[in-house]
Amino acid sequence: MIELMEWREGAARQSEEPPKIEVRDVDFFYGKTQALKNVSLSVPVHAVTAIIGPSGCGKSTLLRTLNRIYEIYPDQHATGEILIDGADILDRRFPLSELRRRVGMVFQKPTPFATSIRNNVAFALSYYERLSRSEMADRVEDALRRAALWDEVKDKLGASALSLSGGQQQRLCIARTLAVRPDVILLDEPTSALDPISTARIEELIHELRGQFTIVIVTHNMQQAARVSQRTAFFHLGEVVEFGDTAQIFTNPRVQRTQDYITGRYG
Amino acid sequence: MTPSGAHTLTAFDEDMRRLRELIAEMGARSEGAIHEAIRCLIERDSEAAARLVEADQAIDRLEAEAEDQVVRLIALRAPMADDLRDALAALKIAGVVERIADYAKNIARRVKRLPAKGSIEPLSLLPQMANMASAMVHDVLVAFVERDAAKAKKVSASDDALDDFYDSIFRTLLTFMMENPQNIGPSTSLLFVAKNLERIGDHATNIAEMVYFAATGDRLPDPAERETP
Amino acid sequence: MGLVLLQRRAVDALAFLFASAATLFGLFWLFWILWTTFRRGLGAINVALFTQMTPPPGSTGGLLNAFYGSAVMIGFAVIVGAPLGVAAGTYLAEHGRYSRLAAAVSFLNDVLLSAPSIVIGLFVYEIVVRTSGHFSGYAGAIALAMILLPIVVRTSDEALRLVPDQMREAAFALGVPRWRVTAQILYKAAMTAILTGVLLGVARIAGETAPLLFTALNNQFWSGSLSGPLANVPVVIFQYAMSPYDEWHTLAWAGALVLTLFVLGLNLVVRMIAKRTSK
Repeated sequence: MIELMEWREGAARQSEEPPKIEVRDVDFFYGKTQALKNVSLSVPVHAVTAIIGPSGCGKSTLLRTLNRIYEIYPDQHATGEILIDGADILDRRFPLSELRRRVGMVFQKPTPFATSIRNNVAFALSYYERLSRSEMADRVEDALRRAALWDEVKDKLGASALSLSGGQQQRLCIARTLAVRPDVILLDEPTSALDPISTARIEELIHELRGQFTIVIVTHNMQQAARVSQRTAFFHLGEVVEFGDTAQIFTNPRVQRTQDYITGRYG
Repeated sequence: MTPSGAHTLTAFDEDMRRLRELIAEMGARSEGAIHEAIRCLIERDSEAAARLVEADQAIDRLEAEAEDQVVRLIALRAPMADDLRDALAALKIAGVVERIADYAKNIARRVKRLPAKGSIEPLSLLPQMANMASAMVHDVLVAFVERDAAKAKKVSASDDALDDFYDSIFRTLLTFMMENPQNIGPSTSLLFVAKNLERIGDHATNIAEMVYFAATGDRLPDPAERETP
Repeated sequence: MGLVLLQRRAVDALAFLFASAATLFGLFWLFWILWTTFRRGLGAINVALFTQMTPPPGSTGGLLNAFYGSAVMIGFAVIVGAPLGVAAGTYLAEHGRYSRLAAAVSFLNDVLLSAPSIVIGLFVYEIVVRTSGHFSGYAGAIALAMILLPIVVRTSDEALRLVPDQMREAAFALGVPRWRVTAQILYKAAMTAILTGVLLGVARIAGETAPLLFTALNNQFWSGSLSGPLANVPVVIFQYAMSPYDEWHTLAWAGALVLTLFVLGLNLVVRMIAKRTSK
């Protein structure tokens, strides 16, 4: 009974907190092609927000604007505002390094660096912070624990990261991101290259992490979005079609297109 | 919102169609059972009544089949949104239709309690009430098959008329009993029959609420509860 | 139906026959060269080869000064050419993906890569030998470096391009600046491929003769200094092979054998590295 009340209070409290990320009227272009049209979205803090939609709808594109990773490619650019904790990160003056420290990203294909497990986790950390050997070791252990990988690798931190299985590699990538203590974690189809058991482990990990982080996950697997998220946005042809509570989206969506997509009526 | 278009996986549509067919079949049999039970009552046909009681088992089996079909649908098709609401509504509706059929069976059982001969005046009121009840069942199942929230709403509204009818039969039977203590026996049987018909109407209203929810995702506003003795 | 199948089988067999014949033909010459080199040179392989200098006509000796000279010039070429080549390759792969300047540089590099080595030798002759007034080991080393450079540029560029973009993105997503990503992540990932490129370049310049004719020339005697003519294996082979002296012929074959074994050895090392990393 008390748990139920606490849960209700928690839910109410969450809706009172200001959103962590506010996307306002964002357009995105690959060269001349417009991939995002006037996208506006509020991502709540300490929750998982899922973005679903058919291929090419712009969901990955939106994710990649949140840490400006698209800037690697000179022909891609975005207009509009994206406020994280009130500051516009699309502003040229916002320091990129700071942005990417606070907003971490995990990609679809696990990409461990060609070095030891320890070095993978310590790589970015050693750039941001001056740490002693023991402090670094502690931080590496902390990150690996939080990524639910510590027990499996604690005896072989010096081994090559490439010797891990696919699911372990992906958790290593998550540990790498967690090491620098971001606020926001972006997940771009994190389990689509993994088997069901690894997928379940990572979904459980996401569930554990959401209390301390703001998580945005892009997935083409609707069931995963349903399992893992509290809010879901449905994208189609570069626009936000519907955005609401996950439970509501999957039981009673307001927009016809959303319902058609969710129920498998692709027309 | 209308569920536009067919599923890309046609097997899904097949499964839903099969489910609806099962429910429609159960509904048709239940309606028939109501009419047949009343006919047996009026004509004191205890043999036909006994056959009707037997035939109820077939409806029970259909309900079990519908349940299995829903479980299968949920496991294999992972239905979402309106499909999910439809599947769950079908599950509940199958149960309710089976109960309606049970009421018809109970009415049939009353036949042997009535004297084999002699007229009982209030009997003549029952066919009209039975028609009203069975019409509600018919309309609400049409609404289910067609996913028509408006039709469901209408059925829900017509329950009041049925309840009023029950009240007036109740008063008539009361008067009949007071006229002559000999009438008390058959009157109580008729009272139970009328009660069963009224309950059938209530169940039809329940189905209407389920159909409305399945179609729209919202709940029908609660009608004011009536007290029935 | 049966006839078509038979025809297909016949064509298949014929094609296989031709391919095998062509392979055997190519292999035949290769084996003949190797066999001749071994036969003629093996007899002259002895301790003296590695301890004595090139002898005057008519007497026996070794190739020590030639080995030394070649080693020194190759080493110098690698020290100068390899880092430059890797740096240029890095520029092309990392920073120059979308720039026209980079495309031009890449094109010019390919031109230099396919330039005849004698042309390069002539160029270095003009620039260094003429201006300094004498042949020198430095000139030879510079010429070799100029041949090595475009090879390393090309292979480093390719090696870095082989590193998947996802790895770059993953590193950048952590907020680490570009140079750090390149130095700590990309080089580690591409290291074996870059190394392979350098080794293959070394194998190539080990046998370059034409440029050395104009630049280092040759030295009969021991020379520890690079500022004068320097003995080296290819030119020694050239001179001795065309001489009328039998002892010199033997030495030439010995030199050729050693050179061949060196190049073979390098290729084997490259293969072993590749096998180890692909596991």
